[in-house]
Amino acid sequence: MAVGQVYGKRPVRFLIGVFVWFFRGLPVLVLLFLFFFGIFPGLGLNVPAMVVGATVLGLRGAAYQSQIFRGAIQSVSEGQMIAARSVGMTKLQSIRHVILPQAVRVALPGWSNEYPNILTDSSICYAIGVMELMTRTSQIVSNTSVTMPIYLVCAGIFILLNFAGMRVLHLIEKKIQIPGFGTGAV
Amino acid sequence: MKNNETILRVENIHKSFGDLEVLKGVSFDVKRGETICFIGPSGTGKSTLLRCINLLTQPDQGSVWLGDAEVTNSGKSINHFRQRIGMVFQNFFLFDHLTAVRNVEVALIKVRGMKPKEAREKALDELRQVGMEEWAEHYPAELSGGQAQRVSIARALAMNPDVILFDEPTSALDPELTREVLEVMKKLALAGMTMLVVTHEMGFACSVANRIMFMEHGEIKEQGSPEELMNDTKFERCRNFIGQFDQINGD
Repeated sequence: MAVGQVYGKRPVRFLIGVFVWFFRGLPVLVLLFLFFFGIFPGLGLNVPAMVVGATVLGLRGAAYQSQIFRGAIQSVSEGQMIAARSVGMTKLQSIRHVILPQAVRVALPGWSNEYPNILTDSSICYAIGVMELMTRTSQIVSNTSVTMPIYLVCAGIFILLNFAGMRVLHLIEKKIQIPGFGTGAV
Repeated sequence: MKNNETILRVENIHKSFGDLEVLKGVSFDVKRGETICFIGPSGTGKSTLLRCINLLTQPDQGSVWLGDAEVTNSGKSINHFRQRIGMVFQNFFLFDHLTAVRNVEVALIKVRGMKPKEAREKALDELRQVGMEEWAEHYPAELSGGQAQRVSIARALAMNPDVILFDEPTSALDPELTREVLEVMKKLALAGMTMLVVTHEMGFACSVANRIMFMEHGEIKEQGSPEELMNDTKFERCRNFIGQFDQINGD
């Protein structure tokens, strides 16, 4: 999407713009209800809440991430594209072999925000009855009438999942680090 | 190599940016093996002219011919022509995420479809030509300006181009680094590479160029051999331009 927004023709840019505007403009909860009660049934599709939750979080995440990548792509200097074209690469080859590898390195720190964002947003799927961590927790709470300890366990699991994910992203960041990009400069 | 064969023909190139007419009908021929230096004040369209040759900038009017084939209006085959017309930029524009050797081989692999092993050998050969073989595994951020520029010359050479365009290749470099780059270029010229060089290095122009073109206000105002530049009256404006250096030097 980011590539389309930077390099695409006008209609492409417009469509992506509308998509991003829609998914960034509405609260998660509104989007979930809209898809769960409106859009999916309206299309005659009877899909499980789990799928609706994943779809909404996925598309919303994509909208946000596309903007992180758009910024990263635009930060790659114009000369890189000019040089790539000058050795005979097509526009697509230039984007793929020259622009994107650099953009990913710029995008990664900001991009890694998205992982805990989406993970924690998943708890809102509670509202449409997805069997996720928060739903489970509430069920146990209402069955046992123990509150705080169980919510703390739930929080602990979220923190663990986030910690693990962030570690992995950090390792990737380290792994693809190159002199001249970010903090690892010579 | 055939002598006197015209390898590049530029006909009546016009280019405007908005109201500003940068090129007002520029024409010239280049013979194989020739080195032509373009000199003149800043903003007279020298760089734009080079970019119009490989269509990095689309000219408004006029045509460019490489051998018998037209480069302008070539549609998608422009990517083939660009492989045959190398370009070296003032600010190097090395691919920042690739090591020196990867910079040189990437187009061989992705554009030419060469096998990685073969491409690596060729790339190392080209780096050797410009004296950068030992720096093959270094990233652009780790190279000096002169080294980076030599790598970018190797990148252009790797495609075995018919012509290489140099757009002020030493303007971003200090005198010492300038020398190391000019020496590489001189070597290339002597080896018979066809080169078009936009430069302010008069020493280089006079010692290496077969022809010098003095550009001003989007036109080639005066042209001839380096000897004519020094003596002939037709180069009066050009000598004035160059003479400004001498005045500062307290001549």
